Amino acid sequence: MSGTGIFAPAPGRAPLRSVVASQIRMELTLTARRGEAVVLALAVPLLVMLGAGLTEVTNVPGDDRLAFVVPGVLALTVMSTAFTGQAITTGYERSYGVLKRLGASPLTRPGLLLAKIAAVLGLIVVQLIVLAAVGVAVGWRPHFEALLPALGVTVLAAAAYSGLALLMASLLRPEATTGAATLIYVLMLAAGGIMFAAPDLGTAGWFLLPLAAHAEALRSTLSYGGSVPTAIWLSLGAWAVVLVTVAAKKFRWE
Amino acid sequence: MRDEAVEVRDIVVRYGDTTAVDGVSLTVPRGRVLALLGHNGAGKTSLLQVCEGFRRPDSGVATVLGLDPMGDHDALMPRLGIMLQSGGVYPWATAGEILRLFASFAATPLDVDMLLDRLGLRKFERTRWRRLSGGEQQRLSLAVALVGRPELVFLDEPTAGMDTEARHTTWRLIEELRADGVSVLLTTHLLDEAERLADEVVIMRSGVVAATGSPAELTAAAGIDLLEVRADPGLVPDGRLADLKVTETTPGEYAITGALDAAAISDVLGWFAGAGAQVTAVNTRRRTLEDVYLALTTEKVYR
Repeated sequence: MSGTGIFAPAPGRAPLRSVVASQIRMELTLTARRGEAVVLALAVPLLVMLGAGLTEVTNVPGDDRLAFVVPGVLALTVMSTAFTGQAITTGYERSYGVLKRLGASPLTRPGLLLAKIAAVLGLIVVQLIVLAAVGVAVGWRPHFEALLPALGVTVLAAAAYSGLALLMASLLRPEATTGAATLIYVLMLAAGGIMFAAPDLGTAGWFLLPLAAHAEALRSTLSYGGSVPTAIWLSLGAWAVVLVTVAAKKFRWE
Repeated sequence: MRDEAVEVRDIVVRYGDTTAVDGVSLTVPRGRVLALLGHNGAGKTSLLQVCEGFRRPDSGVATVLGLDPMGDHDALMPRLGIMLQSGGVYPWATAGEILRLFASFAATPLDVDMLLDRLGLRKFERTRWRRLSGGEQQRLSLAVALVGRPELVFLDEPTAGMDTEARHTTWRLIEELRADGVSVLLTTHLLDEAERLADEVVIMRSGVVAATGSPAELTAAAGIDLLEVRADPGLVPDGRLADLKVTETTPGEYAITGALDAAAISDVLGWFAGAGAQVTAVNTRRRTLEDVYLALTTEKVYR
């Protein structure tokens, strides 16, 4: 049989930027396609923000309900996307062999990680902008001059959550990951000082509950124009370093 | 060595106490098709995983397109087409999205629409992976392996789960790959697949190479092992044919087995002539690849 030349080898990788860009597009397309991911990403935070921020259903410290609730919801959203959503998605992708297959493509493993980080960060940015805008629309008055430290703690929190997500997805079966990630989300929503004050554990609480620490840091910066307490920098920094390091060691592609 | 697409030497792969691959060596020359043939559990996929860079062998050396599949993984991947035995795809993505994603990774990909047409997937372009049948998923996986115009493809049981028509379409495609100069290493447990496609067949059994050669060599080594003669019924062989076994299967149909070299065949026909029989048909049968395969793989192994 003589060749038609259609399949004549012409291997090569497209420019890395466009390879990663099309993977990011795929990640975002598939997230948007999963109903429960969209609910988790926007509907729940909006419901919590408007419910606890505008009505008296919960007791929050201080007179300004929105100053307490909106930063808490922003912190919760970062956790839901970087931790819960990412743990569930990655767990299933590992069990479906997607991580293995994409790692064995011109995208390569580093490219896949880069695309995932970019997709999660992009999603978080969009969510935070939408939620903050709704917060402002209903009367929240943030201090934009304190934006930089607020972004700093948010990056640390996102890194810590991602580390935990990837660690769980590597160690557990996807069903167990889904259950555990959802449970942690609900527990943190309840105990993390989002809708009502967290149990007062002082500084220790910030080290035990990264969500509470992140929410508190966003409150003191965005709502009150102050600075981030040193203990919170230390707590979130430690969580990020430890979880990302362990995740990098334990990560499994298949 | 630079001329070989795949070169593996003394590969050993262990899973705990189980040795899946126990010292296998093989070579796929450029532009050739090598079929790894064996039962499930013979070690075919484990060997493939070493070549694909998914697994470090416990010992031995694998060189793929002149590179180390683990150490040079990222440089090697754009040059390879990999078809896994199952999975590897987002269940929620459509066939079109999946193929276009992989096409976008390549510098000069094949035309996605052409590939969808060639593999009969056009009508599933907007169907999500999880709604495709097993055979349709296999065809899409094959398309994904080919879309980047690789030099070398690894196909792990490429036609498993396909119906007869899809299987023949796939076979023609693999023949076309070879004609266009693509090197192919495939695993299969289908004898007709190996016989039709492979330049060289490596039969694996319990992690070792049981036999290797072209399909013709594998079957020819055994020579002619059945001679069928149609003649007058009721003839009883005498001492001249003592080394051969003659059976009258039905009246007038004789099956002769044994060491059937030219002299023996001449003796057989001479004996029929001597008995005054009228011979109306003579037929020789060579062993098929299936006979060779079954002989090699079904005998009990003591190790």
